[in-house]
Amino acid sequence: MFHPNEKGFYGEYGGAYIPEMLIPNIEELRNNYLEIIESEAFQKEYHALLTDYAGRPSPLFKAQRLSDKYGTNIWLKREDLNHTGSHKLNNTIGQILLAKKMGRQRIIAETGAGQHGVATATVCALMGLQCIVYMGQTDMERQAPNVARMRMLGAEVRPALSGNRTLKDATNEALRDWIANPTDTFYLIGSVVGPHPYPDMVARLQAIISLEIKQQLKQKIGTELPDYVIACVGGGSNAAGSFYHFLEDPSVQLIGTEAAGLGVDSGETAASMACGDIGIIHGSMTYLMQNEDGQITEPYSISAGLDYPGIGPLHAQLKDSGRATYMPVTDEVALQAALELTRMEGIIPALESAHALAVLPRIKFKPTDQVVVTVSGRGDKDMKAYMEYFKLTE
Amino acid sequence: MNRLNTLFDTKKDLLSVYFTAGFPQLNHTTTILQALQDAGVDFVEIGMPFSDPLADGPVIQKSSTQALANGMSLQVLFQQLAHMRKTITMPVILMGYLNPVLKFGVERFIDKCAEVGVDGLILPDLPFELYREKYHELFESRNISNTFLITPQTPPERVKMLDENTNGFLYMVSSAAVTGAKTGLNQFQLDYFHRITAMGLKSPRMVGFGISDHSSYRQVCQHANGAIIGSAFIKLLEQSNELTGDIKAFVASIKS
Repeated sequence: MFHPNEKGFYGEYGGAYIPEMLIPNIEELRNNYLEIIESEAFQKEYHALLTDYAGRPSPLFKAQRLSDKYGTNIWLKREDLNHTGSHKLNNTIGQILLAKKMGRQRIIAETGAGQHGVATATVCALMGLQCIVYMGQTDMERQAPNVARMRMLGAEVRPALSGNRTLKDATNEALRDWIANPTDTFYLIGSVVGPHPYPDMVARLQAIISLEIKQQLKQKIGTELPDYVIACVGGGSNAAGSFYHFLEDPSVQLIGTEAAGLGVDSGETAASMACGDIGIIHGSMTYLMQNEDGQITEPYSISAGLDYPGIGPLHAQLKDSGRATYMPVTDEVALQAALELTRMEGIIPALESAHALAVLPRIKFKPTDQVVVTVSGRGDKDMKAYMEYFKLTE
Repeated sequence: MNRLNTLFDTKKDLLSVYFTAGFPQLNHTTTILQALQDAGVDFVEIGMPFSDPLADGPVIQKSSTQALANGMSLQVLFQQLAHMRKTITMPVILMGYLNPVLKFGVERFIDKCAEVGVDGLILPDLPFELYREKYHELFESRNISNTFLITPQTPPERVKMLDENTNGFLYMVSSAAVTGAKTGLNQFQLDYFHRITAMGLKSPRMVGFGISDHSSYRQVCQHANGAIIGSAFIKLLEQSNELTGDIKAFVASIKS
């Protein structure tokens, strides 16, 4: 029920609502991705790179002071310690191996916070492939350190100048590039969004997160299954990876946190579940924020990585089935949660990950609960926002 | 049979023009429609603006953003077109993305199209398979044609399938590109045109994407039933101070 059918549908969500120009590329990918990913050669190379290059497994850290404060057992899945500073590399390592296998020399990607752009530029440098990253101009300004990292890695960063100039607009530009370059280009999508097979493919490549959580919990407390898994959701890739191996275990409560921006009733929000309804965005049927005429609403969040008006179709299905719960978190509350983690555990999280930590006070945990929170990325790239909000330069 | 089928049966070297509804100003839709007919265009595609038109280049994208800011919506468009058949005799096609149509309601949308006298639709992100499964009976019951796109990368067996299933025409994307990309006809495109011609398809074919002047129009007419001009016309609208006169001159410059 939580895996797509042959046409890429999770219930009514997902699919591939794409113009004819994209069909040959999408078909080629759809016909090959499972066979390649499941092959022994791919798995061997993928896991070798995850271990020796990315530095996995990422630690599962018992946050003792936070646990004491909330009267429960809180474990942090440290994706922030992955090479390049976020979970994004898990996916780009997998997709770059696919691109190579399929003989594509030119790699394009979209990025919001720049974490996926950096992770793509990184694997392109590693493999010696050309890399072009589309990024909204607004995001290029607020995530300047990541723009510099991509350029140092040899990628070309092209600004998206339409809409609010954020992730949605960068994705439009990347899709246009792919339409214009149908034979030599691989589109390396960064989240569980877009036309089938991307949502399923990216979920499979991020599933390493929950696989490790299971193994690590077993080793540390003798059971594979936590009571809660909490992760932030923009498109939803780190949440999909964190949930993946627990989907069929109903005792594990799955909680996604989405960016409410200035509040779900403010009009300045990116909470697609709380504020959206069903429609098509970037080739996929899912929840999205739109007006009564079916025009997609410009989103807002302080977190560039969550500033997206849609959500992966897997999450739409998880929400409707009640298998997962999604909670909106405002900018303000996320910023406070980032400071709390920093002061109590000595970990500066990315603004995106702060949205996951922010719901800890809102859930009534039992002292015996085992709670896993995925820290999807580190906060270096967000120091400008933190400096302004917490007045760190005074 | 609708106006579109009759046109293809009776005329060659067709010239079709695309323009975005509600652009440059909200109430220009019918002015432009009338001016295009008076100037001798054979049929039109009226673009239903969308916030995220991912198959379109910057020119059409910008016109869509402007049209939405002007207040264009499907509701408004159908009001504007309500009485067009008092004077408009050429075929009229609506072109746009699926999400606004879904939000409006597909059946209600098709009914409205039939009511105001729209002859066909081009919905690039409505996948063929979904159209077959869910919508083709609805379209056909209201005598609304559906048009599919084909590109140089579309495999022959898929071209055949699309050909067999359209009751309108095949929209040949002239090259791998979004709308408005600058192209002259090169050997690759000529090979593509020859290849498609040699297939002996049943459906009429119109070539679009990259057609901007008399010479590109004449060239593609040798390989298809006609040509569609979009971005070049939107650029004209952007600059025009006198729509009717400028449209007449533009169409004349393409045709002769």
